[in-house]
Amino acid sequence: MNLSETVNTGYFFGLVPLLVFFPIAGMLFNMIFGGKMSEKAIGTVASAASGLTFVVAVLLAYSLSATHGELHQVFLAEWIHIGELQLDWTFRVDTLSVVMMLVVSGVGTLIHIYAIGYMHEDVRFKDDVRRFRRFFVFLNLFIAMMMILVSGDSYLMLFVGWEGVGLCSFLLIGFWYDFNILGQKSTENAEAGKKAFIANRVGDFGFLLAMFTTFWHFGSLQFDAVFESASHHPDPVVISAITLFMLIGVTGKSAQVPLYVWLPDAMAGPTPVSALIHAATMVTAGVYLVVRSAPLYNLVHSTSYIVAMIGAVTALFAATIAVGQYDIKKVLAYSTISQLGFMVAAVGMGAYVAGIFHLATHAFFKALLFLSAGSIILGMERGHHHLAHGHGDHDDADAHHDEEVFDPGDMRNMGNLRKQMPVTFWLYMAGTLALAGIFPFAGFWSKDEILLDAKLHAEHYPGVYWLLAAAAFLTAFYMGRQIWMVFFGKERTEVAKHAQESPPVMTVPLMVLAFLAVFGGALNLPGSHALTHWLEHTIEGVHAGEFDFMVAGVSTVLALIAIGISWLLYGKNPLKAGQIDPLKKPLGFVFTGMENKWFVDEGYGAVIIRPFEKLAKFLSIDLDWNFWHDWFHNEVVYAGFQGLAKFLADPVDMGIINAIADWLAEITKRSSEKLSSLQNGFVRSYALSVLVGVVMILGYLLLK
Amino acid sequence: MFDTTMIMAILPEILMLILGLLVLVFDLIWKKRDGRDLGWLTAGGLLFILIVTAAIARPAESTLVFGGMIRYDMMSYVFKLLFIFGSMMTSFFMMDIEQLGKRGEAYILLLVATIGMSLMASSADLIMLYLAIETTSIPMYVLAGFMRDDEKSTEAGFKYLLFGAMSSTIMLYGFSLIFGFTGTTALTAITDFTLPLAVGIIFLMMVGIAFKISLAPLHFWAPDVYEGAPTPITGYLSTASKAAGFAVLLRLFLGLFPETSPYAPTWTMIMAVLATITMTLGNAVALSQTNIKRMLAYSSIAHAGYALVGVVSLSELGVGSVTFYLIAYVMTNLAAFGVIAAFSRVAGSDEISDYAGMSRRNPTLALVALVAFLSLTGMPPFGGFVAKVFVFAAAVKADMIWLAVIGVLNSIIGVYYYLTVLKVIYLHRMEGENEEAHPIPITRPYAIALTVLSFAILAIGIVFGPWFNIASSVAEGLF
Repeated sequence: MNLSETVNTGYFFGLVPLLVFFPIAGMLFNMIFGGKMSEKAIGTVASAASGLTFVVAVLLAYSLSATHGELHQVFLAEWIHIGELQLDWTFRVDTLSVVMMLVVSGVGTLIHIYAIGYMHEDVRFKDDVRRFRRFFVFLNLFIAMMMILVSGDSYLMLFVGWEGVGLCSFLLIGFWYDFNILGQKSTENAEAGKKAFIANRVGDFGFLLAMFTTFWHFGSLQFDAVFESASHHPDPVVISAITLFMLIGVTGKSAQVPLYVWLPDAMAGPTPVSALIHAATMVTAGVYLVVRSAPLYNLVHSTSYIVAMIGAVTALFAATIAVGQYDIKKVLAYSTISQLGFMVAAVGMGAYVAGIFHLATHAFFKALLFLSAGSIILGMERGHHHLAHGHGDHDDADAHHDEEVFDPGDMRNMGNLRKQMPVTFWLYMAGTLALAGIFPFAGFWSKDEILLDAKLHAEHYPGVYWLLAAAAFLTAFYMGRQIWMVFFGKERTEVAKHAQESPPVMTVPLMVLAFLAVFGGALNLPGSHALTHWLEHTIEGVHAGEFDFMVAGVSTVLALIAIGISWLLYGKNPLKAGQIDPLKKPLGFVFTGMENKWFVDEGYGAVIIRPFEKLAKFLSIDLDWNFWHDWFHNEVVYAGFQGLAKFLADPVDMGIINAIADWLAEITKRSSEKLSSLQNGFVRSYALSVLVGVVMILGYLLLK
Repeated sequence: MFDTTMIMAILPEILMLILGLLVLVFDLIWKKRDGRDLGWLTAGGLLFILIVTAAIARPAESTLVFGGMIRYDMMSYVFKLLFIFGSMMTSFFMMDIEQLGKRGEAYILLLVATIGMSLMASSADLIMLYLAIETTSIPMYVLAGFMRDDEKSTEAGFKYLLFGAMSSTIMLYGFSLIFGFTGTTALTAITDFTLPLAVGIIFLMMVGIAFKISLAPLHFWAPDVYEGAPTPITGYLSTASKAAGFAVLLRLFLGLFPETSPYAPTWTMIMAVLATITMTLGNAVALSQTNIKRMLAYSSIAHAGYALVGVVSLSELGVGSVTFYLIAYVMTNLAAFGVIAAFSRVAGSDEISDYAGMSRRNPTLALVALVAFLSLTGMPPFGGFVAKVFVFAAAVKADMIWLAVIGVLNSIIGVYYYLTVLKVIYLHRMEGENEEAHPIPITRPYAIALTVLSFAILAIGIVFGPWFNIASSVAEGLF
C-alpha cells in the first residue's frame, strides 16, 4: 500500500489493500491472542476489523466520486509470471467494486455485532470460548475473501476470493458439525456443509472451464485485456462457450436452477451465517460475476437470454416452494433463491443497474429478515428454557429435555409473538414489506426496476416478465403467510407464550438494517437515478429507465392482493395447534409438491446420486477391490511376483550370487589370515620385505 | 634482514617453540600440581596458536623465504593448521593417561614433533626436508616408547626407530644422488633433472615418505607400533604424522610432476599400483584383527591407500580431494582413537570383544564411536563419505575408473570390520554382568575433545563446501 501517494493526492486509493489486511489482521489477532480473551473482546476485535474495512470502503467511495468515477488499479505485488501468463496482485477500484465493498463490509459489520449476542445464546454454545473464537475467525476470513473477490483485477484473483468464500461457507455451514439445530449429537450439519461444497464444486468447475477457455483464446485473465480481445474476436461460439461455462459457476454460487439445492440445507449454519453468507453477500457473487463480465454477455444475446430465463424460472420455482415451508429460515432460504433469481434475470437482460440495485436492497432487507428470524428463534429458545427450568428442579428439567424435542424454528409452534417480542415484530414487518415490494420500501423500487426492464425488453426476452410477476405475487403471499403465522393469532404452544425479546446487541444492528430496508430505495430513486449514474462509469450502455406507473401499479396491486389472500387464509382464521395448512385442501397435490420442494432432492437422488453411488460401489468393490486388488494384484501380480522372487531368491540368488559372495568372503578371510602371518613381529623380516619391495619397484623403473 | 613475510612463514613454529619452553619452565617451577595443568597449558597454548595462525598468517601468494629453504603458501598454511589442531586434540587425550599426562617431556616432545611436521609441509629444500622429517621422527620414536614399564611400548618405540632409520637411509641415498648429479639441494632443481636414472632416484626419495604414510610395502612397522604406543600417541601418529607425509608427497610429486611432465605416466602407474596394494592389504588384514588398535592400524594403512587414489590424478581436483580427505580423516581417526583411549583408560583392554555392552556403559561415548566409525566407513552424512566421493571423483576424472572401482570395493570390506565393532558396542552384552554397574566415566578433556571432533565430522560431512574450498586453495598455490 502506498501511503505517501495517499498523502500527496489527497485520495485514498492506496489504502485498498487494507480491505483485505484488516480482516486478516483481525483473524490472526483472534487466532493468536483469542485463547486468553473474553467473548466480548473476541467479538469486538472481529467487528472492529470488519468495521475498519467498511471505513476503507467509504474512503474509496469518496475518492472515486472525487475523481469522477474513473477506474483505479492499485498494484500490490507480482503474482504469477509464467510464459504468457502475466498476472499481478492488482486491486481494481471502480464504481461497481466499491458498491460491492460497501454492501459487504457494511452489512458484514452489522452482522458481526449481532453475532456477538447471537452466538452466546446458541443452545450448542455452552461457554466454549474456543468455538466462539473459531466462529469469528471464520467470519473475518470470509470478509477478507469476499473483499478479494470483489476487488480483484483479474478472473484468477476473483477466483481466489470465489473459492475462499466457498471454503468459509463450508466451514460455517458445518460450524456445529457435532450438533444439529436442536442441540442433539448429529452430523447433519456437516453433511449440509458437504452438500454445499460439492454443489459449488460443480459450479466452480464451470467457472474454471470458462477461465481456461478465456486464457486459451485471449491469452490473459485480466479483465480489461479479456474484454478488449473479446470485442475483436471473430468467433461468437468462443464467447458463447465462455459465458455459458461462467453461467454454470453462477448457478452454483448464486443458487440458481439447477444447482440451487445446497442453499436451503445451508440454513444449518448459525443464523448470522445464513444472513451474511447465504443471503446478503456470498450468494450474490454470481450476480457480480455476470455484471463484471457484462462486456462478454453483451456480445452474445442467446446466452443472455438463457441467463435471464434461468433467473426468472428460479425466481418462480423457489417462490412456490417457499409457500409450502414451515420452518421460518427455510421460507427465507427459498425466498433468497427466488430473489437471486430476480437479480440473475435482471443482469441477464442487460439491466445491470437494476440487478445491482436489487442486490443491495436485498442485502439490507434479507439480512434484516434472517437476523430477525434468528432473534425469533432465540426468543423461542428462551421461552423453552424458561419453561424447562421454571418447573421443578434442574434434574427434572434435564429429563424433560430428553423426552421432548422442541423445534424453535417451526412456525407451527409460534403464533402471536407480536406480544412477546414487539421490537423484533416491527423490525420483521419492515423487512417483510420491503421484500414484498410495498411502496415506499426499498424492495419496491429495486424490484420494480427489474420488472420494468423485463417489460421493456419483452420482445427480446419473452416470458421473463410474466415469470417474475408471478414470483413477485407469490413473494408477497408467502411473506404474508409467515407474518400471520408467526406474529398474529393465538400462541400455538406454551413456549410461544413465554418467548422473550432479544438484547440490544442484537436488536440495534437490526434497527440499522431496518432503516436501510425502509429507505434503501433512495439509492436509485426514479428521477435522481444516483446508482445508475454511479455505475455508468464502469458499465457501458446503462441508462436510466422511465418510471412506469403501469408496471409499478400492477405489481403493487398484485402484492396487496397476495397479502389479502394470505390474510383470508391465515390471518382471519388463525392456524390452531395441530391444524393442517389451509392451502392443503384447495391445492391438493400441488401443495404437497410445494411442501416437499417438488421432490427435487429426491429426483437428484434417483437420477444422479444413487446411480453415482452404485457406479462408485461397482468401481470400488467389484472393479477395484474384487477384480483389481483381489484377483489381479493378489492372484496375478502377487503370485507371479512371488514365484519369480522365489526363483530369483533360491536358485539364482542363494545358489549363484550368494555362493560367489560367500566364496569371495572366504577368500578374503583366508588371505587376511595368510597376510597377517606375514606380520610376524620381527624387524628383520620386515626389513627384508621392504628391501624386496624397493628393489622390485626400482628394478621395474630402471629396466623397463 | 627479517621481514614480516619471513616471520609469518614460521610464525606457528616460533610460537610452538615458545610454548615448549614455557612447558619446560613450568614443569620445573610448579611443584604441587594436580597433574593436568601442563596438559591444559599445552592445549590452551595450541588453541591460541591455532587462532593466531589462522587469523594473521594466511599467505597472500606463494613465496620462497630463508634463502629458498621454506615455501610460504596456502599448502603450508592449511597443513600447519591441521597439525596444530591434531596436536591440540592429542594433548587433550594425553592429559589423563597414566605415566604420560603428568610428564612435561611428553608435551615438549609432542610440540617438537609438531614443529617438525610444520616444517615438513613448508620445506622447499632437500636439507630442510630431511631436517624436518627427522625433527618429526625422533620425538615420535620417544613418544611411542614412552611407557618404559610396558614391554609393548618399549618394543614399539624401538621398532619405529629401526624402521625409521632404515627408510631415512634409503631416502638420504636418493638425496645424495640428486645433489651429486645436479649440484643443488633445492626441490625445484629436480625438474631440470634429465638423467635416465631420474625416476629411480626419485623413487628412493619416496621411500622415506612412504614410510611416514605407511604405504605397502613400508607399512610393516605400523601395526606393531600402533598397538604398542600409548593410544593418544597412536592417534597422533596415524593422523598428523601421516598428513605431514602426504604434504611432502603432494609438494614433491604434484608440484614437480604436473600432468604435462614426461614422468607423469610412470608415476601415475606406480602410485595407482601402490594405492591398490595398500588399500587391499590394509583392508584385508584389518578384517581378521581382534585388537582394536591393530585393526585401526591396518585401517589407517587402507586409508592412506584411499588418499593416494587422489594423488594419482596429478590434478588440482586431486590435490584438493587429498587435502579434504586428510582433513576429514584427521578428525575421524582422532575421534576413533580418542574413544579407544577413553575406553581403555577405564576398561583396561583394547580387545574388540571387550567393547560388548559399551553402549549401555556410556551411551555418549558409544555415540561418538558410532559417528567416528561410520565416518571411517564412508557413510553420509559424515565427513568420511564426502572425502571418499572427492578422491574417487578425482580418479574418475583422471580416467582411472578401475582404481575408483577398486577403492569402492575396498570400502565395502571396510564396512564389514567397522560395523563389526559397532555391532559389538551396540548389540552385544557384557556376559553375566549388569552394564550399569560398570560405567565408563569420561573426564573433562575427553569430553571437550570428543565433542569438538564429533561436530567437526558432522560439519565436514554436511557443509562440505567451505571445507572443500579451503582444500582446493592448497592446489592453487601448487600448480
